[in-house]
Amino acid sequence: MTGRIEKKFAYLRQKKEKAMVVYLTAGDPDLDTTRRLIISLDKAGVDILEIGVPFSDPTADGPIIQAASQRALQRGVTLSMILDMIESLRYVSDIPIVLFGYYNPIFSYGNERFALKAVKAGVDGVLIVDLPPEESRELRQYTDQAGIDFISLIAPTTNDERVRTISNNATGFLYYISITGVTGTSKPVIENIRKDVYRIQRITTLPLVVGFGISKPRQAGEIASLADGIVVGSAFVQLLEKNSGSKDLIRIASTFAKDIKNALA
Amino acid sequence: MQQSLPDEKGHFGIFGGRYVAETLMPALIELEKAYETSRKDRGFRDEFTYYLKEYAGRETPLYYAKRLTEELGGARIYLKREDLNHTGSHKINNTLGQAMLARRMGKKRVIAETGAGQHGVATATVAALFGMECQIFMGEEDIRRQAPNVFRMKILGAEVIPVASGTATLKDAMNEAMRQWVSRVRDTFYVIGTTAGPHPYPMMVREFQSIIGKETKKQIMKKEGKLPDILIACIGGGSNAMGLFYPFRDIPGVEMIGVEAAGKGISTGNHAASISAGRVGVLHGNKTYLLQDEHGQIRDAYSIAAGLDYPGVGPEHGHFKDTGKAKYVSIDDEEAIRAFLLLSKCEGIIPAMESAHAVAYTMKISPTLDKNKIIVINLSGRGDKDAETIIQRMESRQ
Repeated sequence: MTGRIEKKFAYLRQKKEKAMVVYLTAGDPDLDTTRRLIISLDKAGVDILEIGVPFSDPTADGPIIQAASQRALQRGVTLSMILDMIESLRYVSDIPIVLFGYYNPIFSYGNERFALKAVKAGVDGVLIVDLPPEESRELRQYTDQAGIDFISLIAPTTNDERVRTISNNATGFLYYISITGVTGTSKPVIENIRKDVYRIQRITTLPLVVGFGISKPRQAGEIASLADGIVVGSAFVQLLEKNSGSKDLIRIASTFAKDIKNALA
Repeated sequence: MQQSLPDEKGHFGIFGGRYVAETLMPALIELEKAYETSRKDRGFRDEFTYYLKEYAGRETPLYYAKRLTEELGGARIYLKREDLNHTGSHKINNTLGQAMLARRMGKKRVIAETGAGQHGVATATVAALFGMECQIFMGEEDIRRQAPNVFRMKILGAEVIPVASGTATLKDAMNEAMRQWVSRVRDTFYVIGTTAGPHPYPMMVREFQSIIGKETKKQIMKKEGKLPDILIACIGGGSNAMGLFYPFRDIPGVEMIGVEAAGKGISTGNHAASISAGRVGVLHGNKTYLLQDEHGQIRDAYSIAAGLDYPGVGPEHGHFKDTGKAKYVSIDDEEAIRAFLLLSKCEGIIPAMESAHAVAYTMKISPTLDKNKIIVINLSGRGDKDAETIIQRMESRQ
């Protein structure tokens, strides 16, 4: 069975396009808006969506996503509600969806129960920040069986030996963290990305996307040209926060997405 | 033969491990290797012993608390006087070890989280001793209630960074320290203050702290000619307790009791009793007992003792609990305050509010015990830092 993520990258490769991945914190400002955003962003040309599952202690996130997670939690958003939202979305959108977050909410939900429910809801991949390959078996024994991709992170501090191990165990795509830091805080240095992406691509055959600190169309285009795609996270979350009261929220988000997607050409 | 724990990936049974972002994994592997090399190195061990003796002032006395024993009228009570260490608590045992390791690894900058400020002061102290740059992350609420320790850290040359997120206590300080570590992992050593966090921290901190139990063993044999019947220590993350318990872990007949903070009472939800009232989850790099809601969101802990105000516990304590090696109980704020005052008046020793929890549990059980039983309390820290909080509480009641 070929999943949505694999199909998407095959399609992009054929069209010689780069992947635009967008991160949204589920439930910020509310789950219905998240749902409508996903549908519009799909139409606006976003290739893959990372849906952030809010966690009380997001130690790999900077202030923007921390605040978004807090807002979502204050609204009472839970993993179970997010999975329901994705399931309802599948009637209208076929966009690949990766759940992005921390391990405890999933562990608390129950690993097996999660895998069954997530695949039924139409989740294509999971990216769990604090679940490195060394600890991932306890979850992957269920997600692998369900056919959910296990997206893995590679950092600037990851040496070749680890890149090999991670790559051999990952499915879907690899996510290269462009800075040594937390989300949305500092700007990545192009030269460092170029060197690392080259280094990683010599080892892996999986698609490689670059994220953390990407906020502007031109910068996105420049970085995307080095890899198979880019992720925009905090910049998007910030845009939503600034315009959360606006009737035009969906349109503003779609325009931003289009601007970035156009810059990837 | 019993397998020694943790296993090579840092697991104590189902607990422990290394649940961190990839950015930190290489640093943890590097740290583990450096630690493995150092612990086998005679020079490192000798130097550690040298600093513990000449700088921290070890060994600390095992003091027979005669008046407290008479007052409670049961078992013979000894106090392991970790409060007499330089900087006023057991924390210095660990920070000396970690700072020596940081120096070996060529790191010139250390960071730490702190709750009561005891670990912050101990880290700032060793940073000064070894000429390292030092940043301490501390919740704003804790900065307010532990002001004397904040002054000490500043005088020692550390930068104290207030953390306003969450409840602005120890958990949030640890979140922020981890973020800072991710951002400066190449030149920064993260000095974790307790037997928690990702492998190898729980094992490493345990080994640096186990000097407490090793000394106790020797001292009690000399004084009483036999081992103690009961060891009692307070549990936040659990480093002072593990330091005392560990050398006794396989000795039958020595009961080990960890005392968690019940805050305003377990039933109120305002407490820090992760083992007594939490369930297993993953936070701050390890799998352990956590205070969390039904959706796996971490709940805020509460205790009058800032150093116990943490929603988790070291993974090895989780393992001790599940295997029945140790017993875990809880003591609320009021009981701890009574113990704080009793020990102060009865022995002339002002305990840290954290340690007062261990004293309070002793007050509960000692009267029921036979006179030939021996209890050792780990008096993990001194209480000067808590004087203001206690006085304010007493005055507000008058």
